[in-house]
Amino acid sequence: MSDTTTPTRREKRRMRRFDNPWLNPKLIWGAGLFLGIIAMGILGRFVWDMDLVFTGAGMPRQGPVWVENIRGQVGTLAHPLGTDVSGKDILALIIVGAPNSLYVGVLASLIGMSLGIFLGFSAGFRGGRVDDVIRVGSDVMLTIPPLLILVVVQAAFGDISLTIMALLIAGFVWQSPTRLIRAQVLSMREAGYVQMARLSGASTIHIMFREMLPNLVPYLFGSFIANVTTSIVTAVGLEVLGLGPQRVPTLGRVIYDAINSGALIQNMWWWWGFPTILLAVMFVGLLLVNLGLDEVSNPRLRRL
Amino acid sequence: MSRIPLSYIGNRLFTLVLTVFIAATLIWIIPRLSPVDPVDVMLGRMAAGGGTVAGSDAIMAQLRESFGLDQPLIVQYLLYLKNTLTLDFGLSTSSFPTPVSEMIARALPWTVGLMMVSLVITFIIGNLLGALMVWEHSPGLLKVAIPAVMIFTSIPPILSGLLLIYIFSSKLPWFPLTGAYGLNVEPGWSFEFAGSVLYHGFLPAMSIVIVTFGFWALGMRGLMITVQGEDYTTLAKAKGLKKRYILYQYMIRNAILPQITAFALKIGMLIAGQVLVERIFSYNGMGKLLYDAILLQDFPVIQGVSFVIILMTALAVFLVDLLYPLIDPRIRHGE
Repeated sequence: MSDTTTPTRREKRRMRRFDNPWLNPKLIWGAGLFLGIIAMGILGRFVWDMDLVFTGAGMPRQGPVWVENIRGQVGTLAHPLGTDVSGKDILALIIVGAPNSLYVGVLASLIGMSLGIFLGFSAGFRGGRVDDVIRVGSDVMLTIPPLLILVVVQAAFGDISLTIMALLIAGFVWQSPTRLIRAQVLSMREAGYVQMARLSGASTIHIMFREMLPNLVPYLFGSFIANVTTSIVTAVGLEVLGLGPQRVPTLGRVIYDAINSGALIQNMWWWWGFPTILLAVMFVGLLLVNLGLDEVSNPRLRRL
Repeated sequence: MSRIPLSYIGNRLFTLVLTVFIAATLIWIIPRLSPVDPVDVMLGRMAAGGGTVAGSDAIMAQLRESFGLDQPLIVQYLLYLKNTLTLDFGLSTSSFPTPVSEMIARALPWTVGLMMVSLVITFIIGNLLGALMVWEHSPGLLKVAIPAVMIFTSIPPILSGLLLIYIFSSKLPWFPLTGAYGLNVEPGWSFEFAGSVLYHGFLPAMSIVIVTFGFWALGMRGLMITVQGEDYTTLAKAKGLKKRYILYQYMIRNAILPQITAFALKIGMLIAGQVLVERIFSYNGMGKLLYDAILLQDFPVIQGVSFVIILMTALAVFLVDLLYPLIDPRIRHGE
């Protein structure tokens, strides 16, 4: 850690960049990893044959390139990441599965965030009964783990689509943005610029969205990213329990199939390994984005 | 130390009761919105097991009556609430006349035990590392290594569990692949059994520990940065107290308390994560019970397990909320 008296080289470089907090390395790396996975999902469809996700697309139980499987066969470039027990191509499964996981995460989080903005502003502005109901409601829902309610839903209804799963998860990720926004609105309500706007006759809508909301943007982003992580973890959890969409390949579903078919005992590490690594990269990217956003909204963290 | 105001306790108690009530109601309503009939499922299993089932209509009516499905919905609901409050979840449909509460009672100690052990380990390791990240006398290597390790924080425990199983029980046969104790060990109060339990519990506990300690470390780091700048720390240094004494008695002691509230926020995720870890390791806990019930479409067990886990979470949050003002007198309650 450097002292503040003499600027180090790093600090000088930072000044040259006009000290833009949005250009911190964590944010850039995190966004890079995240965009990389999206790019893989989009570009992969053009480069690789998507029909390989179906059963019997190739020789079963083949290892990745140059890796020998139990039967002594060496993997070939036809299936660079190997195949599973029914001959599905792992690379194709990953290319289709990763965007599906992201889609659930982002959609659930977007809906949760919109609900949170609406409820948080209502609670903070209206106060009284409305505030009480929203506060207690979010306290209650914060305690209930989403996974267990969703397990009951899915066990009862069987197969569901990705979008329905995202909607269900969204019912459990609105609480933290609601609380965050409520707290911020309460503290901002008495701030000078809000008083000024009110005195100059601005409408409530104007005060909410033009005066207050821009100040909340870094917090909202942070909360959004944290919710994307929570949603993906919940979705993957459901999939690993064998629930979730049955007809669409998802990363969690691939892991579920691998565990169930004894991939761990048969030493077929590529089957569960690649989806696991991809999910890990996804979560690390989200974490880095979140840490980077923390630096934007909280300048005191920027030294480390 | 001031007493906790009654209104605060009342408020927390109300939230607890409401949480449990809402969870119980959700768990009751959801399966009733579904077109799947549990009696059909059960009869289907009987038919699959033994060909045709003689007098299936009579059996179905009988089953409906024994599950109370022939009564009006509101009666069913009130009965359900009464039964749930007494932790009576009816009979399992997959292993038929066994009461669900008995199955849960068998699985619960394993889950609670595993959770307590991994929680205590992560809490200690995480807070210590978080404190050392800020402490100016800790070795430089620590300050570089810990942020690197922190990357694990973002990974859910199922993924770390898979990696650990692969490395330590599939590649290197150091630890057992499944189960909570060895098949050749008689359960009981013997050293052999205890050793077997510890041996089997090590990997599941570790897969939770390596992905959760970073959460505590990050929180502790933030708190330590605040404490570091406080006047009493400067005074302690000026007095020439030993560095370690300042770290433990002045800095960590003050910084660690808010970490306990973080626990209340995190516990839901922790329990859900552990359910999945148990499923991967086939550990004899609630996770395995839930997974088996999902496979066999055993609704009473699914409902019972979900309710008990939510109840545990809500109780834990309630206890933390109550204990916190006792532990940390700096906190004044009252809206």
